[in-house]
Amino acid sequence: MFLINCPFCGERDQSEFSSGGEAHIVRPKQPTELSDDEWAEYLFMRKNIKGVQFERWNHIHGCRKWFNVVRDTSNDKILSVYKMGEKPPVNYK
Amino acid sequence: MPNYRIHKTEYIDETKRVSFKYDGKTYFGYEGDTLASALLANGIHLVGRSFKYHRPRGIVSCGAEEPNAICQIGSKKDLTEPNVRATELELYEGLEASSQNCWPNVKFDIGGINNFISPLIPAGFYYKTFMWPKSFWKKVYEPLIRLSAGLGKSPTEPDPDIYDHKHVHYDVLVIGGGISGIIAAKMAAKNNLKTLLVDDKKILGGSTIYQNNESIKIDDKLSSEWLKNEIQEIKKLSNLTIKTRTSIAAYHGYNFLLAKENLTDHLPEEKKKNKIRQRLWKIRAKKVVIATGSIERPLVFNNNDRPGILLSNSINKYLDYYGVTCGENIILFTNNDSAYETSISLHKKGIKNIIVDLRKSASSELIKQADSLGIKIYFNHVVTNTFGYRKINSLEIMKLSEDGNTTVGNKIRLSCDCLGMSGGWTPMVHMHTQSGGKLDFRDEDQVFLPKENSEDQISVGSCNGDFDLENIIDKTVNKINKFLDIDNQDYQDTKIICSKENDKRNIWLLPNKIPLGKTKCFIDFQNDSTAKDIKLALKEGFRSIEHVKRYTTTGMATDQGKLSNMHALGIIADTAGVKMGTLGTTTFRPPFTPLTFGTLVGRNVGKFFEVVRKTSIHEWHVENNAEFENVGQWKRPWYYPKNRENMHNAVQRESKAARDSAGILDASTLGKIDIQGSDASEFLNRVYTNAWSKLAIGKCRYGLMLNEDGMVYDDGVTTRISKNHYLMTTTTGGAANVLSKLEDYLQTEWPELDVYLTSVTDHYSTASICGPNSKKILNKLFPNLDLSDENFPHMSFKEEKLENISCRIMRISFTGEQSYEINIESRYGHSLWKMCIEAGKEFNLTPYGTETMHLLRAEKGFIIVGQDTDGTMTPSDLQMDWIVSKKKFDFIGKRSLYRSDTVREDRKQLVGLLTDDPKEILEEGAQIVSDVKSKPIDMLGHVTSSYFSPNLNKSIALAVVRSGKTMKGRKLIIPMENKNINVTVSDTIFLDKENKRLNA
Ligand SMILES: [Zn+2]
Repeated sequence: MFLINCPFCGERDQSEFSSGGEAHIVRPKQPTELSDDEWAEYLFMRKNIKGVQFERWNHIHGCRKWFNVVRDTSNDKILSVYKMGEKPPVNYK
Repeated sequence: MPNYRIHKTEYIDETKRVSFKYDGKTYFGYEGDTLASALLANGIHLVGRSFKYHRPRGIVSCGAEEPNAICQIGSKKDLTEPNVRATELELYEGLEASSQNCWPNVKFDIGGINNFISPLIPAGFYYKTFMWPKSFWKKVYEPLIRLSAGLGKSPTEPDPDIYDHKHVHYDVLVIGGGISGIIAAKMAAKNNLKTLLVDDKKILGGSTIYQNNESIKIDDKLSSEWLKNEIQEIKKLSNLTIKTRTSIAAYHGYNFLLAKENLTDHLPEEKKKNKIRQRLWKIRAKKVVIATGSIERPLVFNNNDRPGILLSNSINKYLDYYGVTCGENIILFTNNDSAYETSISLHKKGIKNIIVDLRKSASSELIKQADSLGIKIYFNHVVTNTFGYRKINSLEIMKLSEDGNTTVGNKIRLSCDCLGMSGGWTPMVHMHTQSGGKLDFRDEDQVFLPKENSEDQISVGSCNGDFDLENIIDKTVNKINKFLDIDNQDYQDTKIICSKENDKRNIWLLPNKIPLGKTKCFIDFQNDSTAKDIKLALKEGFRSIEHVKRYTTTGMATDQGKLSNMHALGIIADTAGVKMGTLGTTTFRPPFTPLTFGTLVGRNVGKFFEVVRKTSIHEWHVENNAEFENVGQWKRPWYYPKNRENMHNAVQRESKAARDSAGILDASTLGKIDIQGSDASEFLNRVYTNAWSKLAIGKCRYGLMLNEDGMVYDDGVTTRISKNHYLMTTTTGGAANVLSKLEDYLQTEWPELDVYLTSVTDHYSTASICGPNSKKILNKLFPNLDLSDENFPHMSFKEEKLENISCRIMRISFTGEQSYEINIESRYGHSLWKMCIEAGKEFNLTPYGTETMHLLRAEKGFIIVGQDTDGTMTPSDLQMDWIVSKKKFDFIGKRSLYRSDTVREDRKQLVGLLTDDPKEILEEGAQIVSDVKSKPIDMLGHVTSSYFSPNLNKSIALAVVRSGKTMKGRKLIIPMENKNINVTVSDTIFLDKENKRLNA
């Protein structure tokens, strides 16, 4: 059970959060311009990395804010958290 | 009655005699006993039958690893408990226990016949035998297995006990109150760290607490005396919490652990009453010290499972802790020094014993001590067979060859009434691996050890492979100082004298002249798997330990292989000729010992099991005989039966009344989201498929919301209350998800939009009045409101006072009738409803529930998201292309509406179905086909909604059918179990296609 450091509330139990999958997938500005393949790339394709992964989490039973998490999926260690709109920390790849 | 209690100990209170029943017979023990020690004191070893062969089995151990002494406690339908280990169950006055797995009784056992047909029950026998013939499974095999191999009985009535949950945070958690755990806890707590020490036993001290060998001393005291003093010391520490009778069940990531505290299981019936039985501790610790110790290994030889064969150290504990000897003529069979402690202790209490040692020789202090006491030792010998049916009465030993692979020389037969076995020690690494830690294999004594310790977790003592006392204390102190970054000097001058083991010899499967196929060398006592089974599995091609385990069921019983896993691995490694360390281990899964459901559920039972949401009008529904339906967490009136009507009749009556005169529905549960901000219109444009910019203030509009994949997600009516203020309604079940989804887009995709969302579902109650007389009723309630179609047309909104309370009234319709939804602050909901009922009396205003609502909307072909859709339906599939804006640049899901898959013409599409026989009502979910003759039958779709319409006097249904849009008028078939129903594809709107009733 993770302890997640909500950037707005501080450390809370995982049960207060919901996961929103991979982070930094930007919704295309002009979807109508995209081919089926390009749209499918946005819609369906996710990396599902073993190792350091950038994820979206929502403090759904708390402040209800979305934010980003850097997590190593091989050992579940959360390496960093940062707000929506902020750039991902550069020291992780 | 025999009495095997031969001396007094401080842990048994002989002034407090306790009577208990075992298998219906009354016995006596003392306070301080476990059920197992009390049985042994009464000379009872035989406690059950084995799972597969039904061989007699006796008590083997004194702890959580016990595979045989599993019993059923009590006989009450609500309180009986199966699978309780007699070795852990503290004795109390009035305890009733019975042996499990031995129908009809422990002494005469019909399943014992399996013992003689055991060549027919090889590894994988459940997979092999019971596969054929198929029809035999239900009628023959299953009942037979259930009857003769039951593992206890579950209670059949609700558990009346109280259980509790507790959340705690500590700087340091120490698991295990043996010598290393006590040292660790003391060091942590003295250094001002908030510390919790848990131990599953009644008292602290582990196995050192009853240690009384003169050659093992700390500061010139017996190690047990020294430790008692330490325990007194730590009890004085103010920031140390000690929880005994508390076992860690699970160790999750981030140092989150679950512990079960037993509070009343050791108390007599009358003292248990009204007390919390067990408490689940949810522990978050900054640092965790694992000091869970080790358990002794059995040895694998022919007939190693007879009653009277125990682990050597357990014999020692029964003797020195409980004062009970397990026999009067004991043989100890060992490959290491620890059995010598048992031997010396037995000898001192006058119990005759001899030692059979696998090793060629050994030379530690303990061995010299045993030798000087004149204890007979057979070095380089192996037990090859045992005898005695209900209890061991003798055994055979033989000399081992130089390489240990065979036996040599003549058999020597020795009589005995008890055999202690010691195959070395297995560190309890369960906690380490449960937390995600890896293991290393140490060849020298064939043990798996924690590989690395992280910065927030450490293993100390024998669970870390440190076995002799000097090692345990020194290493624990050093490691804890480093781990906690402290400099504790308490143990710097501690003087430790102990015997050092110098010689080791491990043989996983002991050699025998008898061919393996004719032996019974048990590995897993509880599941009855033998060395032969493991070898057979390997012969049949199984290699992975996880597969062998499942195929032979080794380690899969309630003890989870605590005694068997190492031997299974060892035999696999030896047979396959690989190094044991390369095999890996099986996965250690929580819980470490079984947990009761009660502990897991805690107080969340009965009405606390799940949140129940009721509308402010709920009491009225109850008073008026409503049957309720669960919609999410909501209780919604389903229908209101009158004069013992059945559901069908009630729904027919309600539906007819709503169309003939007037009906009223409690619509308070619909999700309501208040949307405000200067970009509110733009926001709605982006989340709904249709256009919102031009919606006039005071008007309402129906909207369809999609997922980004183009599939219908939710629907509802949204009202423009003022320029920058909308009120959105959602489906009852979708409310929370819709709000979350909208928040997600606002926060992450469109943070530039000035929009604020607030859930107001619970803030407003809604009475929805529909029917040709609805306007008249509204007029009575709101006499000053101009209800004319010109002033207050369909799909518009007015704010009006009811007495002094402001109401929001929407003229919208989910039934096709002229209809008004009156919203009022929830605290006035009940009054509003009663005023509506009163005003509607003269018009036969009929309350109706969700079933009638569903019927009325189906007559009009209105969809219910989640019933007529299932996450694979686009607006076009629903024949709702009209609601998808062609002009809008973008909205959620738009691009997906012309993916190659979503534009396929043969998608499943919503249609109406009319049965040829208008009285025939289809079953929702029924399959639809066009031809029942050609096999396999081509499935075209299924029925999503089906009702008998009293207003049309015929059956109607909605369905999704492949290429349904092109099939109007086609004859199709609904094949049912006993008949085929003929239907015709129709329009989805069955009633009032011209919408005349909206303005009637
Ligand atoms: Zn938060």
